Amino acid sequence: MSDTTPTTPPAAPAAPAARTAEEILRDPLVAGPIERYRDAVTGARDFAGELTLFIDRDRIVDVCRSFKDDGWIYLVDLTGVDYSKFPGHTGPRFSVAYTLYSLRRNARVRLRVWTDDATPVPSVTSVWKTANWHERETFDMMGIRFSDHPNLERILMWEGFNGYPLRKDFPVRGIDTGARIYPEVFPAGGGPKAGSTGKDAKDVNLYKGEWPTYGVSPVAAIGGAKKAAPAPAPALTAAPAAAATAAAPADEDEDE
Amino acid sequence: MFDVHEMEVNFGPQHPSTHGVLRVLLKIDGERIVEAKPVIGYLHRGTEKLFEHMAYPQCIPHTDRMDYVAAATNNLGFVEAVEKLMGITGQIPRRAQLMRVMLSELQRISSHLLWLATHAIDIGAMTPFFYCFREREEVLDLFEKYCGARLTLNCMRIGGMPDDLPPGWLDELEAFIGKFEAAVDEYESLLTNNRIWKRRTVGIGVISPEEAWDWGITGPPLRGSGVEWDLRRAQPYECYPELDFEIPIGRNGDTYDRYLVRMIEMRQSRRILEQCIPLIKATPAGEIKARISRVIRPPEGEVYHSVESPKGELGYHIVSDGKTQNAYRCRVRPPSFVNLQALPAMAKGHLVSDLVALIGTIDIVLGEVDR
Repeated sequence: MSDTTPTTPPAAPAAPAARTAEEILRDPLVAGPIERYRDAVTGARDFAGELTLFIDRDRIVDVCRSFKDDGWIYLVDLTGVDYSKFPGHTGPRFSVAYTLYSLRRNARVRLRVWTDDATPVPSVTSVWKTANWHERETFDMMGIRFSDHPNLERILMWEGFNGYPLRKDFPVRGIDTGARIYPEVFPAGGGPKAGSTGKDAKDVNLYKGEWPTYGVSPVAAIGGAKKAAPAPAPALTAAPAAAATAAAPADEDEDE
Repeated sequence: MFDVHEMEVNFGPQHPSTHGVLRVLLKIDGERIVEAKPVIGYLHRGTEKLFEHMAYPQCIPHTDRMDYVAAATNNLGFVEAVEKLMGITGQIPRRAQLMRVMLSELQRISSHLLWLATHAIDIGAMTPFFYCFREREEVLDLFEKYCGARLTLNCMRIGGMPDDLPPGWLDELEAFIGKFEAAVDEYESLLTNNRIWKRRTVGIGVISPEEAWDWGITGPPLRGSGVEWDLRRAQPYECYPELDFEIPIGRNGDTYDRYLVRMIEMRQSRRILEQCIPLIKATPAGEIKARISRVIRPPEGEVYHSVESPKGELGYHIVSDGKTQNAYRCRVRPPSFVNLQALPAMAKGHLVSDLVALIGTIDIVLGEVDR
């Protein structure tokens, strides 16, 4: 089943043998727009038939405008990548990728700039309007700043969210945002717990009598119930997450 | 800051015609919109983050949940991007390619039907809703017979398809496409020449081709502005080059033209399906997967691949480090997100009731806007 060694090695991309940066820059696709900005191009790559040009960060707006004037009227996508955990990567932490499309040539090309935490990337909203939300999202998710952006604010997360979710050091399970939902009911540190009714424990109309001894005991005790459920965990009846949360020691605080 | 007559109101996020949880902050002068500001993110689930922590095949069900009314095209874009990264695009068996095309076109029909139903009901035409859902139900039944799910299909795999078509599926598809043309005629008879419908849509939210490119608008809104650009033609994938279909374009770039474009697209999708049936019958049954390694570990590199989803250009930008079975970074280029960005420009100067038509006409799904 889990054969960790693939039977065939990863197939090489269909593109012909990789070209050198110099050859890529002579490609008629990009030769025109970068002619005047050859010194702004720091590298080039060709993978799976896609061209990537690495551009000097401070010149990116000029290069983009040169591309747009040459017919690359459509900014397909703009996104950031956090390279901090990339194997063998040295250099600036973030990269911003611009995917451009030219209607006349029916082709795409990708521009890339490098940046770090502190250095903003010049915004290309003045070149393509569509860059506005893309840059906001990149800022929101990665914390990459864009200078001269008309309204660089969070777009998917809320104002005041403390963190940048797509950074590699952001935990996938999320963080305690400090959001307090019904602070008089729920303890500090988060919202409703699984199995909780959302009411103060003493206001919950719990059945106080004895549960019938046959059958299974009530599955998930309501948060803050006096009696910790002593019963052995019921076999297949409950979602384990709900039961585990209900038995967590943090719930006992609510009663005090 | 405010003119004496201006006030600010919230449109949504619980408004039924926002198609989910879109909130639009409106500054209005009487009934007229001075400024509209979409506020999004209510449905953000961190899909791109999840992609980084899962093996490539495990990501496919998560793509379903982005544009949840067009899961098949979401699957298609993702698996093709991974195939491109691995360099196996040419190895996909023909039967699998045809199945992918058929499912995508069925998905386009069902997505457009849902759009038409809700768009019409937003504007005040109740009846098309029932008619559209009548046919959409049959499309969903076809999906259910193929993969067991009606919305979150998870119906494609890297290197091919999970299962062959069940017996009798093609006959049922044939029966459906046999009557679908008449069904579209029926919707059009309700709306196309309807005086109220025209008063609500003609000249509303005009977007010029230059503006559309500048805003990055793709899909039916771009074609409604008169640009004959469709990724199925411009950057063909699977076996689209050998299929005969037309790309409808509008003339005025208004809401009515976008409506017409989508109506014709449904007919064209039906035509594609019709052509696919004899082609797929000619392919040997069971040849649906390329012979690739079970462990998907693409080489180091990055690709961008996009497909024409019912909403526009749906792209996946995958960065692979060559060491793991996870994507190092997988960016989704969602058409709804980008198209929604033009809403303020389209809404300016229109009435609040036209905003409802505009949200309908750009056809957003908030699951995809927020991911």
